[in-house]
Formats: sequence, structure tokens, C-alpha cells
Amino acid sequence: MNLTLKIWRQPNSETKGKIETYKIDDVSPDMSFLEMMDVLNEQLMSQGIDPVAFDHDCREGICGMCSMFINGEAHGPDRLVTTCQLHMRKFKDGDTITIEPFRAKAFPVIKDLAVDRSAFDRIQQAGGFVSVNTSGNTQDANAIPIDKHDADKAFDAATCIGCGACVATCKNASAMLFVSAKVSQYALLPQGKVEAADRVLNMVNQMDEEGFGNCTNTGACEVECPKGISLENIARMNREYLFASLKG
Amino acid sequence: MKRVKIRYRKNANGTSSIRLNCFCGYEKVNGKKKARRLIKTLPFHLVTEPASKDEIKLNDYYKIEATKIADEWEKSLLENDILTQQDETKIKSFKLNSKIPEGDLAQKWTNHKGKINLVSPANKRLIDVIVVGTGLAGASASATLAELGYNVKTFCFQDSPRRAHSIAAQGGINAAKNYQGDGDSTYRLFYDTIKGGDYRSREANVHRLAEVSTNIIDQCVAQGVPFARDYGGLLDNRSFGGVLVSRTFYAKGQTGQQLLLGAYSAMNRQIGRGKIQMYNRHEMMDIVIIDGKARGIITRNLVNGKIERHGAHAVVIASGGYGNVFFLSTNAMGSNVSATWKIHKKGAYFANPCFTQIHPTCIPVSGDHQSKLTLMSESLRNDGRIWVPKKLGDVKAIREGNLKPTEIREEDRDYYLERRYPAFGNLVPRDVASRAAKERCDAGFGVNKTGEAVYLDFASAITRYGKEQAHVKNLNEDDPVLVKKLGQQVVRAKYGNLFQMYEKIVDQNPYETPMMIYPAVHYTMGGVWVDYNLMTTIPGCYAIGEANFSDHGANRLGASALMQGLADGYFVLPYTIGDYLADDIRTGPIDTKLPEFEKAENSVRAQIEAFISNHGKNSVDYYHRKLGKIMWDKCGMSRNEKGLKEAIKEIQELREDFYKNVNVPGRSDEFNEQLAKAGRVADFLELGELFANDALKRTESCGGHFREESQTPEGEALRDDKNFTFVSAWECKGVPSKAKLHKEDLEYEEIEVKTRSYK
Repeated sequence: MNLTLKIWRQPNSETKGKIETYKIDDVSPDMSFLEMMDVLNEQLMSQGIDPVAFDHDCREGICGMCSMFINGEAHGPDRLVTTCQLHMRKFKDGDTITIEPFRAKAFPVIKDLAVDRSAFDRIQQAGGFVSVNTSGNTQDANAIPIDKHDADKAFDAATCIGCGACVATCKNASAMLFVSAKVSQYALLPQGKVEAADRVLNMVNQMDEEGFGNCTNTGACEVECPKGISLENIARMNREYLFASLKG
Repeated sequence: MKRVKIRYRKNANGTSSIRLNCFCGYEKVNGKKKARRLIKTLPFHLVTEPASKDEIKLNDYYKIEATKIADEWEKSLLENDILTQQDETKIKSFKLNSKIPEGDLAQKWTNHKGKINLVSPANKRLIDVIVVGTGLAGASASATLAELGYNVKTFCFQDSPRRAHSIAAQGGINAAKNYQGDGDSTYRLFYDTIKGGDYRSREANVHRLAEVSTNIIDQCVAQGVPFARDYGGLLDNRSFGGVLVSRTFYAKGQTGQQLLLGAYSAMNRQIGRGKIQMYNRHEMMDIVIIDGKARGIITRNLVNGKIERHGAHAVVIASGGYGNVFFLSTNAMGSNVSATWKIHKKGAYFANPCFTQIHPTCIPVSGDHQSKLTLMSESLRNDGRIWVPKKLGDVKAIREGNLKPTEIREEDRDYYLERRYPAFGNLVPRDVASRAAKERCDAGFGVNKTGEAVYLDFASAITRYGKEQAHVKNLNEDDPVLVKKLGQQVVRAKYGNLFQMYEKIVDQNPYETPMMIYPAVHYTMGGVWVDYNLMTTIPGCYAIGEANFSDHGANRLGASALMQGLADGYFVLPYTIGDYLADDIRTGPIDTKLPEFEKAENSVRAQIEAFISNHGKNSVDYYHRKLGKIMWDKCGMSRNEKGLKEAIKEIQELREDFYKNVNVPGRSDEFNEQLAKAGRVADFLELGELFANDALKRTESCGGHFREESQTPEGEALRDDKNFTFVSAWECKGVPSKAKLHKEDLEYEEIEVKTRSYK
């Protein structure tokens, strides 16, 4: 396949960026999107052009590091995949592909397509944990039976990889899906219920401080989420938040 | 000047005296080994905190004078053969001391914990610990050390600690809980791990691992890790290769992710409390050693290229394995050997580098553009049956696309693992399964275009589960369409995300047609040599998780890596490190202005500048790919003397070419992935040679290390216990070809060493 790529280039967070156009030939449909980017970078380097910076690591859709906004969609046109799992067979010969970073006020660009998502870490630090010491002197793992449905729902929420696609997709750059996934995971488990009220208040507070937008229930995040995190989590978080606020 | 060191010692009156310190080997005093040193105090001193320009000038002048005197002194000592004589005694007297505690195997850990030195809570506040890496081992160690009260600084090269590659572990984590009542016990887990490791791991360490395994599950559940549960609300288990019980706990195919997020959350709690300072997007460039002890590291900020110094009383390396030396592996793109290699070059011995695990169930290579390989969890072998066609004619037709695997009749299929190993069948250990796949493919039965793939078939599992479900739901068990539908639902619930991943990558539906798989590099059992306390041969420098060598011998069993990472980080290191740090409560903060930091920083800067100003013609990946091909062809699933010797030569040549012709674009003071990669590949190019050399010296076959010269008439691995029941620990002597081999003999008190059989 021969493709035209329009890629966001920005040398660092202080300098203004712009779209550059590159041609790339002989792309195999079996390549992953990032392998296509590798080939492009080899080509650019041989021409003396600075390669395109992008974040990536595991390349099997689980680390959450890759983050590209492809043709107006976070992680590209395929569903339930990250950019690294997107394959070129989803495109046609002669296509023009626009590649931008995940954009949000809370995700400043570091270089080209790499952005700083440490705001997510700070939200987790505000309360995304169960306050139990790692001494190993806890009760037996089977001491509290957990309803399988709750355990399964907690697991589904916990599969969030923290990539930020929900924020990049949301017209308000809201992080509600991400935060609610963590809140839900713990709220559904007896181990997490103890401090559920403090947790939701602290995490939501930190989320607001980081400059993420509000949720207007458009549901775009759920569509673009590579792990299929459900909107139900946002509803659950809203309930938890209301309950915690009233409890005051 | 190498042997004479200049030392400054602060005096009470605001001056610092200058001493020359020459290490002259060891001697025995009252039966104890003591270092022998010659010390000379110079007749002038420095101003400790120079305030004026003149004082600074004077200090500099005295420092230069001191260097001159030191040089001359060393020369005269050398001329009189004082140092050369001592050198030999040093080598003779140094013996690896694994510090295994006395007593019964089952009591060693308990006794040891009861006897080691402790640091009081008030004093822990005065002690800094650096942790490099935030996978299961690094994250759990950071969290626990911080909870205990130490000041922790943690570093990772990813943009968040949550992205470390432990996250990609799929199948599960072992623990001897015996919830299934199938006869599991600490002893059995210990025994399976030693046997699985082909009797090349340290008994005491493995027993400790089995002991603490049960705590891990309790701990993780308390943290809110959502393990799979049954309808009664209790934890579910499955079975993994090389064992006959179900002891593996899991969270669908994302166990590593859930455990890492658990450890990450424990870390977050401590970051929030200020007990951990977290440095994301930082790469460790070198370790700093002062007076023979690990006292800090030099890092590079990957966002702006800043070189930074960090001091601490101990350094913990948790940077994972070095599978990426093969270029194509299931490791993440950024996984590297650099942290462990840097400490190796500063004195940490590197153990068993040739012990690499080739995982049998990965998605086959699709073309030259391939950048990494994807693992399909071993748990799939619980339900999948591995086969190739019996007839070469069928193989040909499949490759040409004229025949579908589902059209091959049952009697024309060769379920080679079930045929060769009836007792364990598809659940033989990884090394055995990998070699068997290679044997079939080498014989011409590979089922894809490249001839390097075998089938992993779920059809019989789908039928079995479907019938079971139909029976439970009182439906017609003889309706094949219904049975298939019900069976697929069960398989989807168990392995859904793995099947989805396969479909996305290969573009085939594994519910309808068998998966294609082939072995790929996955894990490295070798690593930094550590004693029972997990300390390396550099005092104060520790290695945990995959970065060390101790628990898996020559082959790791499935679901044991997660167990080891968390055991080391949560339950072992935080206690054993106290034994060392107890002597450091009066040291005070480590001064990063000391000359040792300066020197380490300068050498880091020099290497970076050399890369940037090289302007060669080949990219970093060009060299990495070439190295990977040499490694895979000659140090891969089977190895022989000729190939290994060629590999050593080829790697040396490649390394030379790399330094001459590598091209690193951009600048050093910016986000520059190529630059980071160049440093990592430079280290792989050295490790690769040591790897091949280690494989060459070990002329037996054991575990993942298969020497063609050492096999039974049936083609099974043939161990040589008489000559090779030891750990190879390599000491760096400048270049890899000069590395010196030390042997730690392995003694088995509890277990009778047997031929490993899974038949």
C-alpha cells in the first residue's frame, strides 16, 4: 500500500506545532500501525529528518502507553484496540491518514505525538488504593466470599489501561470514565468499601484540579475505549459521589 | 592510577584532611577475612566549605597535588611488586558466599528473619533507598520500603510506573494455597519449581519463595485485586505447565495487569504521603560506588535530557530481564539490560546469562517489518491441543491455501505432545514444548508460509464444555450447533481477551479455526548474581525480580514470575535490606558532590556526546536487528559449539561496527528516543557476547539451554550433574571476552536430583 501521512510535529511543549505531510510506500497490510511508523522513521532518518516521537512500549495493547489520534479517532478506526494493535489492513491503498497526539489541557504535548499523562497518576495518588499495608499479615484470601457478579464487574472496571483515549475523545476533555473505573472497582469489592466515600471525594477533587472537563453524557468515551469500559461506571461514581457528599 | 584512591575526611575545625588509600587484597586475622589497606595521610588539607575564590583555587591546587602524589605512590608500589602479589591473593581468597542460613530447609527463612539486624523506625527516616524499575518487584519493594519508613526514590523509564512490562503477564500467579484440595503444599510447590528449573536453582531461595507464596494472594486480595471467583464467591484456580495440581490464581488473561495495578496503588498511597519520590521517564545511566558501597545512581531525564545525580544508602535494581537482546521477543520495546549491565560493569557478577526461556505459545512472525512478538498465555494449553498434520502432502496443501486445518481428519493429525509425553501431554514445561515444536517444524511440518508454526486447537474443548453446559441446562447434548455455541461461550468467558488479541493480529477467528503458534523469547532466568539476602556482589546494591537469577534455575514454570517478583518485593527484600542498612544509621545523607559522582556523570556525558556526534550511516535498529538474528540463529532454542564460537566473533565485529557507524539523530538535551535506544543496544551488544560465551562453556543441556552435543538418543536434553551442578557467575574484567567465571556450587540437601521426565 502507498499512503500519505499528515502528522503533528511539535519540537517541545513551548514551541508551536504544525501538520507535516509525508509519503510512505510499500506498506504491508500485516503491519501494525506502529510498525508502519517505525518504517516511516527509518525513512525520515535516512533523509536527515528528525524521526517522529511517539509513546509506545508493550505493543500488545495492555500497557496503555501508545496514544495516537488517527483520522479523528483515539487509537484509530478499529474498535476495542489500542494503536499498537491497529493493523494496516484497516486502511486502503492511497489513503491519507491524519495522526495527532491525544489533546487535552491536562495532557500537555512533550514532543510530536507524545503527551504528558501524569495527571492520571496524581488522581490515583489522591485515593486510588485500599489503605492496607503490604505486611502480608492480612486475613486469608478466602475469608470473605465475594459475589461472582460483583467480582466480575470489579474486574471489568479494573481492566482500564489508563491510556487517556476517553479524555482525548471527549469534547470536554473529561476524565470521568477513567476515574469512575477505579472508583467502581474498589466500590464493588468489600475490601474497598471501607473508605469508598473518602476515595471518591478525593479522586474527583484531584480530577477537577488537574483541569479535566465535565461529563455531559455523550458516551463517546465508551465507544473509543480500547478496553470497553462501560458508562455504567460513571453512573456508579455519580451515585457514590452524591452519597459521599451527603454523608459529608 | 587505579589502585590508590583519594579520600577526603571532614575535620571538626572546618578543614578536610586528604588520605591516600590503597587496597591490597585480603588477609586472615584470627580466622576472619579482613581487607588489607595501606594508608597515607598527606601533610596539607582542604577547606571543607570554601567561601572565597581564593579558597576554591587553593583547594583545586591541593587536589591536583594529591593526584600527583597518589600516582607516584602507586607507581612505586607496583615497581616493588607489592600490588601484583596482593592481586593474586585477592583472587584466590574471594569466594562467592551465598549466605544461606543454617538449619532445616523449612526453618531457614523463619530463623534468618529472627536473627538479622533491624533498623529502628526512628532511624529508617534517616535512610534513603533508590529503586530502579516499577514492575511487580520494583513497585512492591518501593511500597513496602516506604511503609516501613525508609525514604524511597523510585525510577522508571515509562511515562507512568503502571506501564512496566509486568503488566503484560497474562496467565496467573502460583501459590500453594491448596484451596482445591488436590494435594498441594509448600513442599510440592518448592519441589515443582526446583524440578521445573532442571536442578539449577538454589534450594533455600526456592523454598522461601514457596513459603511466602500464600501471603501474596492474601495481600493482593486485601488490596482489591479482582481475581477470578467461582459462584460460591471463593477464588478460582487453574493449572499450568509442569505441575499436576491447580494452584494458579488468575484474573482472566490479565493477571499481570491486575497485580501490577495493585502494587502501583500501594505505591500511589506512599507517593501521596511523600514517602516515595517518583521519577517517571528517567533512565538509570550508571551506579555510583563510594568506598566499595553502592551510594547512588546517575539518571537521564528522558523528556529534557538532563543528567541528574541521586544519592542513597542502598540501590535496588528491579529492571527486569534482557530478552530483548534477541530483538524479537515478547518483552516491551523499552525493556533493556542497561541497569543490570551497568552494575555488572561496576562489580556485580552476572549469573547464568545463557538461561533464557523460549515460550512455546506466541503468535508466529509475519514478516521482516515485525517489531515484537505477542504471547498467547500458557493457560491456553489447559484447553488447547497442539498438533501438526501427519502427512507432508497436507502441510503443502495448507501452505498453498488449498486445504483448511479443520478439513484434516482426526487420524491424520499428529498431537505430538500427547504422543511424546502422555503423562503431562499439552501441559509439559515450556522448554520441552518449545523444542518439540521446533523439532516438528524442522522436520518440515510447519503450517504457515514461513514453515514456523503449529496449531493450537480448541475444537475439542469447545465440544466438551458445550456438552457440559447442555447437560447442566437440560438441553439437547447431541445438537452439534447448540453444543458449539454453548462451548464457545465458555471458552470466551475464560480466554476472551486472548482470542480477541489473536484475531486482531492474525485476522483469523480462533473460535472457528485453530490458532497458529510458534516459540519466542519470553523470559530470562539468568541475571545478576545475588546472595540469600538478594544482595549483589556490590555491597548495598540489591537485585530483585527477573533482574536476579536465583529462583528459576534453567527453566521457569508458568505463573512463577509474578510470584517471584511480588515475593521479592513485598516479603523478602524489605526485611533483608535492613541487615545491611543497620550499619548506615549514622552515615547521614549521601553527598552527590563527591568526586565519585562527578566521575560517573562525566563518563555518562561522554558516551552520550559520542553517540550524538558520531553521524554514522546506520540506524540503531539496524544493529539491534542484526544482533537479534545472530542470537536467535546461534544462541536460540538449540546451541552448538561451532555456532556459539561464530556468534561470539560476529557480535564482536558488530559491536565494533556499531561504534563506528551508528547514526543517532537529534540532540542530547531533548526527548530523543533514538539516543535512549542507542545506549540500550550498546549494552545488549556486550551482554550478547557474554551470553554466547556462557552457553559455550556450559556443555551440558539443561532446561532452556539445549546443547546439541548433549542429548539422549530420543532427542531429550541430557544434563551433566557431575560437572555442571553450579551457577556460573561472571565477573566483569573490562570487555566481555575477558570476563572471569566464578562457580557457586549448588548443594541439594532436601531434594534428590533426578532426570526430569514428563513422560
